[in-house]
Amino acid sequence: MLEWLKSVVSDPDILSAVRVTFTMAVCSTGIASVLGITFGLMLERFRFPGKKIVIRLNRTLMGSPPVVVGLIVYLLLMRRGPLGPLSLLFTIQGMVIAQTMIITPIICGMIYSYLRRSAPSIREFAVTMGATRWQTTRLIIRELRKEIYFCMVTGFGRSISEVGAVMLVGGNIRGRTRTMTTTISLLKSQGIFTEGVALGILLLLMAFVLQWICDMLQREEMEHENY
Amino acid sequence: MKKLTAAFLVTVMCIGLTACGGQSEEPAESEETDAAAEEQTEEAAPEDKGTLMMATTTSTEDTGLLDYLQPLFKEDTGWDLEWTAVGTGEALAMGESGDVDVVLVHAKSSEEEFVAEGYGVERFPVMYNDFIVVGPSSPIEKTDDINAVFTQIINDQLPFVSRGDDSGTDKKEKGIWEELGLDPATDPNYVESGQGMGATITMADEQQAYCLTDRGTWLKQSQDATLDYQLDIVCEGNDSLLNQYGVIAVNPEKYPEVNNEGANDFIEWICSDEVQKLIGEYGVEEYGQALFTPNAGTDA
Repeated sequence: MLEWLKSVVSDPDILSAVRVTFTMAVCSTGIASVLGITFGLMLERFRFPGKKIVIRLNRTLMGSPPVVVGLIVYLLLMRRGPLGPLSLLFTIQGMVIAQTMIITPIICGMIYSYLRRSAPSIREFAVTMGATRWQTTRLIIRELRKEIYFCMVTGFGRSISEVGAVMLVGGNIRGRTRTMTTTISLLKSQGIFTEGVALGILLLLMAFVLQWICDMLQREEMEHENY
Repeated sequence: MKKLTAAFLVTVMCIGLTACGGQSEEPAESEETDAAAEEQTEEAAPEDKGTLMMATTTSTEDTGLLDYLQPLFKEDTGWDLEWTAVGTGEALAMGESGDVDVVLVHAKSSEEEFVAEGYGVERFPVMYNDFIVVGPSSPIEKTDDINAVFTQIINDQLPFVSRGDDSGTDKKEKGIWEELGLDPATDPNYVESGQGMGATITMADEQQAYCLTDRGTWLKQSQDATLDYQLDIVCEGNDSLLNQYGVIAVNPEKYPEVNNEGANDFIEWICSDEVQKLIGEYGVEEYGQALFTPNAGTDA
């Protein structure tokens, strides 16, 4: 069993899939976090006409089917598409664009609901203490950092487990854009199940570690509240 | 407000349900009429025997050949043919695990191995189509010399999209490289898509790359694509590019639960003169040329 796992883990194709998956997930989670948190903060801070529609749109996009996002990004990036000259189709950058479009609404929506609950009281406190607008925002981010981590971990988890959009936009090219999930899909289509199961176990392990991190963050938060 | 929202949701669900119901009713109705028609011609139509499960390659489904043959098979023998269209590697794996009754694939050596290992009863040739190389018309000029085309691709490091999924087409391509003693990995522009034929052709079009495809999938894809492909046939008509299909019943000695009677009926039926003639005529009307050439009874 151990040796079998060892042989699978030392397979260059599988290593490359793990590398591609991580590069893509880290980049897209990073970009999506910056965008999602900024949008979330702005959405909570400002009142503007049509705000309700924006919130509703955000919630809809939180559940947008990845293949649809993949198709849209594919059409944008294809040679005869509007962004064709950039030749980003079938590259990791292209996959990051699609993933960012999937994850940003999720992070933004989650952050917004946390903010709506706790930001008003923090702001009230900060204003009484005579804080500037910038200081207030920084205080809100500091106070909500656990929630922000939680959102980022959720986004990352979503990113490594996604298959539809990365298959369309990345094209599942061996050694370049083949991720762990698309490798599993390919192995299944070849009737090879052992390596597929091994990759599945690896992905599940990652999901477990992520879940564990989330759990730790939440527990720490609860202990904090008990003080 | 909440009540209104709830009422709205319920209405939407009802509409959704009726729409779904409407859709599922349609085939049911046509089945009924089929049944009525069958009753009228009871002497001619054989009784309902059940389903026959087949694993086959994507090309037989993508070209629409199976959709064309299925009702005729039902009419002649009474079996309901069902299939799953996958790569040759997976189709044979499904046969090896006894999940299907019969396989219709195109990779002769793997098929013979399948029979030799006792998973299949006997292999029968059915038909062939041919492989072609498609790609931009320059720098490769149209020829029938496959070896020259493949050599030029490596020498000039031209972009090439391979299936890389162990399918019959993929095995064919790998076989050509091997025969020429060339290693495609030395071409930095050689990529493996790991996807079906259709997705691979689309990728080749995107990258303005070359790829090896069966003619049937190419004809259908290039006719149906929303945006016209900017690819041409650069190599065709070489004897070594023939793509032979074989049909094999899964061995009932290994898996007693398989439908061997149906499998034998199917093999006998598809190799019969009448059906062979139909296969030879399939596609002429729509694409201007036949997609498959029947050759049952030969030793191909």
